[in-house]
Amino acid sequence: MLDVSVRKSFTGVTIDAAFTADAPGITALFGRSGAGKSSVIAMIAGLLRPDTGHVTAEGATLFDAARRTEMPPERRRVGLVFQDGRLFPHLSVRRNLRYGMDRLPPGDRRVGFDHVVALLGLESLLDRRPGALSGGEKQRVAMGRALLASPRLLLMDEPLAALDAERKAEVMPFIRRLAGELEIPILYVSHATDEILALADRLVLMDDGRSVAAGPVEDLMSRLDLRPLTGRFAAGAVVRATVAVPRSDDGLTGLDFAGGRLWVPAVDQPAGRAVRLRIHARDVALALTPPADTSVQNIFPATVAEIAEAEDGQVDVRLDAGCPLWARVTRRAVHTLGLEPGRSVHAMIKSVAVARREIADHA
Amino acid sequence: MSDLLTPAEWTAIGLSLRVAVWAVAASLPLGIAAGWLLARRNFPGKLLVDGLIHLPMVLPPVAVGYILLLLLGRNGPLGAFLHDAFGITVAFTWKGAAVASAVVAFPLMVRAIRQAVAAADQGLEAAARTLGAGPARVFFTITLPLAAPGILTGTLLAFARSLSEFGATITFVSNIPGETRTLPLALYTQIQTPGAEWPAARLAVVSVVIALAALAGSELLSRHLTRKLHG
Repeated sequence: MLDVSVRKSFTGVTIDAAFTADAPGITALFGRSGAGKSSVIAMIAGLLRPDTGHVTAEGATLFDAARRTEMPPERRRVGLVFQDGRLFPHLSVRRNLRYGMDRLPPGDRRVGFDHVVALLGLESLLDRRPGALSGGEKQRVAMGRALLASPRLLLMDEPLAALDAERKAEVMPFIRRLAGELEIPILYVSHATDEILALADRLVLMDDGRSVAAGPVEDLMSRLDLRPLTGRFAAGAVVRATVAVPRSDDGLTGLDFAGGRLWVPAVDQPAGRAVRLRIHARDVALALTPPADTSVQNIFPATVAEIAEAEDGQVDVRLDAGCPLWARVTRRAVHTLGLEPGRSVHAMIKSVAVARREIADHA
Repeated sequence: MSDLLTPAEWTAIGLSLRVAVWAVAASLPLGIAAGWLLARRNFPGKLLVDGLIHLPMVLPPVAVGYILLLLLGRNGPLGAFLHDAFGITVAFTWKGAAVASAVVAFPLMVRAIRQAVAAADQGLEAAARTLGAGPARVFFTITLPLAAPGILTGTLLAFARSLSEFGATITFVSNIPGETRTLPLALYTQIQTPGAEWPAARLAVVSVVIALAALAGSELLSRHLTRKLHG
């Protein structure tokens, strides 16, 4: 487990972050640029000294201001994957990968070279120079290099931010694979919602240097008070589901979630695969009685949990459909339907509104 | 080939090369240390150290030679110590010529190394630290290789400057045939000799050839290193 509580004042901004991250899975440090995410990462890695606080990882004290303990970065065993990869340009991929591993006492080596190379698909790159790699390849090598140093903790500082959508899609499955294999906490810094949706299990929200909330992705996303921070998700719910029907005769995929079976445009996932998807509030309509003769394929009974003002005469309604869902309706609709907390409704979700790219494999 | 020049001229060339190689080889570790210190560390008195290192570049070489004579001459404080403690005499020997060359060439070497170290990506050094490398290992495996092309440039600049050293040398160690008469001193001697225009011209050509070879060699090596670094 990683336990962080650090404070550091810069001119103009104070970093004040406290959170924990546990294995297995990925904890995401999420917030806009300038929210202090990278400073927190640097303090955990030992590249920046906090004014006060402590950092412990897997039982080891990396920093403790009260006890005047400060481990130098080279003794922390904290793997760090940088946004720009930072591969050593004068060394081959193989020697980059072995850089941290070679000086490690054999007893401390937790992962084998061949295993990591296979896990990240690096076989064909070993004898190349970093200058000859694509952006996505560089990041895979950077991950391998960090892992081979057998860290007690893996930090990833916006590792995909410098990549285009295609490269991103190429690297993300590897990160998921790591998360599934590693028994160490992974702290993943990002301000990109698609990465959070696809990768993160837990979220630590940062704003203006402070950590303001922490918890499972789905929970934080449905919290109204956090909307200003999670707003970049566009109002909506994040829902876990499993693939029930990979592809129907008429080209749809059936996903089972807490509220029932949701039909969406066909995605390329096998039956039983865990996925996570985003359902935007504006794509959810409400009815008091189950509508008949409609083109809408997805209708779920739900209860109104909370009604929140949005903007321009619109209202966000939080529903409980076995899991949180959001619907954006007009204020007039709230009046005519008499919506209020506790009211039973039917939520209608258009299949075609669920974008394929917002359904993420989440095995 | 050996008929092209007289034995005395060959001696002067050999001596010049020996003096320059020793001057550069002995001052290189110090030059790297000074370049790294000036590029990466802030300490009280840094401006003074910087000034002292660069002094020989702006001082008349004759003044440098005279200061060396005062310090390292047999009766000078450092010279007497070296003589008594280690039996080393530098005044009026080729070793003294190497010292004079090293001092005069040092600023050029340090400037190039300092620039190269400053340009080495500190982000890569930070990455190496997180991979378990201590400061010494980071220096030898990351900083030094990244700065290698610049260090090489500095070394060859210093080498070329050493070969052309005249004023400090003749002041400090005089113009002794076979001991301190390097190529520039031999050339000067011929110019002073009536009717020796042809030998003087020959030595001038030799100087040009050696200097061009050093510069070309430096350029080729530097290109090779840079390609290796970023290939």
